[in-house]
Formats: sequence, C-alpha cells, structure tokens
Amino acid sequence: MPKRGAPPEVNAGSMADIAFLLLIFFLVTTTIETDAGLDRMLPPIEPPDQDVVIKEKNIFQVSINRDGQLLADEELTELKDLRAKAIAFLDNGGAPAGSADYCNYCQGERDAASSDSPQKAIISLKNDRETKYGTYITVQNELVGAYNELRNREAQRLYKRNFTDMEAEYLNPETPDDVRDALKDKVKRIQELFPQKLSEAETSSSSK
Amino acid sequence: MSKFNKKKDAALPAVNTASLPDIVFMLLFFFMTVTVMKDSTLKVENVLPNATEVKKLEKKDRIIYIYVGKPTREYEKTYGTESKIQLNDKFAQASEVGDYILQERAKKPQELQDVLTTALKVDKNANMGIISDIKQELRKVNALKVNYTTYEGDAFKNIQ
Repeated sequence: MPKRGAPPEVNAGSMADIAFLLLIFFLVTTTIETDAGLDRMLPPIEPPDQDVVIKEKNIFQVSINRDGQLLADEELTELKDLRAKAIAFLDNGGAPAGSADYCNYCQGERDAASSDSPQKAIISLKNDRETKYGTYITVQNELVGAYNELRNREAQRLYKRNFTDMEAEYLNPETPDDVRDALKDKVKRIQELFPQKLSEAETSSSSK
Repeated sequence: MSKFNKKKDAALPAVNTASLPDIVFMLLFFFMTVTVMKDSTLKVENVLPNATEVKKLEKKDRIIYIYVGKPTREYEKTYGTESKIQLNDKFAQASEVGDYILQERAKKPQELQDVLTTALKVDKNANMGIISDIKQELRKVNALKVNYTTYEGDAFKNIQ
C-alpha cells in the first residue's frame, strides 16, 4: 500500500502488453537480409585508346539465344556442361614451356589451339534481347563458378583454404584490420593467377 | 512426525511474471535493431533468380537499387504486362536511369560517391533487352559496379 499522501503507483501490469504489441509490429515488418548477388563490372563506355589485338583462340565465345539455348565455342552446349568447358578453356595453358605466357600452375590439356594462359583467356558472353534474365543469370553463375573453382584450387594449393572463404572474410567489414591486411595480398595473388576476364558484348536483336 | 507432514495448501504457487516485460523488451530491442524498413513499395513482380556463387552486399549505404519486372496486378491495367523499371516509387523508362543514378549519387556523402554499387533486382522472367538498356545507361554515367541481386539456391532452377 502506498503511503497516504504519496503519489499513487502507476499500474505497470499492461507494460507487457504494450511491449508485445511493439514486438509483433517489428516482427511483421522485419525483412531478414536477402541481399546477395553476383558482382560484375561493366566495361567503360570509352573505347580503349589503342586497339587490343586478341587472338581468336584466346576467346571463349558464349552466346545465348532467345530460347535459352547455348552456343559455347561454336558448339551447342547444355547449361550443365558449361562450367566444365569454361574450366577446360581457362586452365588450358597452351603456351609452350619457355615462352613468356607459359603457365606453370595450369593443369589443363595444354592444347595449342585453345587459350595460351589464364591471363590471356577471355570469356565473351553474348545474349539476345529476348533471352530470359533467369537463363542469363544461370550462365553468369556457371562462368563465375568456373573461375571460383579454379581459384579455390590454387588457394588450396598455396594457402590450404578456399579462395571464396578468404574473399568473404576479406570483404566482411567485421574482420579485424590486421587479418584483412594479411588476406589482401593472398586474395590479390590468387586473383592474378586467374583474372576474371568476362566481357559482356552488347546484345544483338533477335531479327539478326 | 509432524516434520514430514505435508503442508495443507499444496496448490502450485503462481509463476512470477514480473520479469515478463523485461524479456519482451529484450526481444523487442533485438528486432528493432535488426529491422530494415522497406524503403520503397514494390510495384513490380520481383522474384529474383537463384545463384550459387553469390557475394554478400555489405554496407547498405553504398547501394542504389533498381527494380525490374512485370507490373503487379493493380498496375497491370495502366502499365501493361511488359517488364518495367521501377526507380524509387515510380515506373520509369530506361532513358531515365542515368539521371536517377546521378541524383542518387549526389545525395550520398562525398567519400562514398566513388564506391557505389548498383543493385539490379530483376525478376527472373524479365527479358534481357531491358537489362541491356539499363546497363548501357549505367555505362554512360560511369556507374560500372553492378550487382545482380539473387537468392542463394540452385541456379538450374531458373530455367525450368
């Protein structure tokens, strides 16, 4: 009992109800973060000053038509085979031993008719205006997957861990600075071993 | 013997609920801190495609969003069923994307203006034509860093 004369106590019994109400409101409006995706760089619009000559064999041409069919290196390819094909192309290392482009870590077939080295190899992706976005993303995903697989292989060889983990830790803002600095060089090194050279040509119209 | 006599009133004591508000408040604060308010209502269908090789988009303040998809049912009558671009709260043409990016960029603090990413949230049934137009516009305003926002999942589900 409050003393006579003292202000009466506030009844706090409904506090829980009020808090519950707020809680339910926030529960309903919360959207758990779903934002993740494929990072890409678009090519700058100004053409480079000097024309770069790229050998035909160093380009892996992937085209998607309006029906979602795939032409990889002039062969009709199933989507599920694309990753293996891209890996074979990137990892080929066709330059002969002793030449400047020679790739000593490649484990591919060393076919002289395919790419010289991962540094030279370019994947060119072309799509139709009528292509479905879902198909396009699947193709992008497979190509990025091919790069990641090769980078993981090299990271395992050099640092005994996966490149994708290293990169995620490096990009995570919660990683302490000293760890990040140590990772930076490793990530850079792996990225140089297999640079992501994925060019996106402008789309062709379906009438062509 | 009376030591072992049971008490007469063996009814369960009432559970003390005095700390219930504290518990609820704790939950409340948790949800309040993790909540991200939706900043724009979606006027387009937006079922993102799946991908496996995703990277998380850190730092929300460095991202500009562009939504693409079919107008939802209530807007179908006025805007048709073709895929449309949504910028902020309204529909837009591909040619307006460049201005929008420049406007959004100007709103950000100076030190972030060079590190912005454009997140493309595109419905998986949209056509690539509209995406190419957007990409072309982005290249014109030199917003070269893009992120195709996706769900995490099997990428081959996209083509079924």
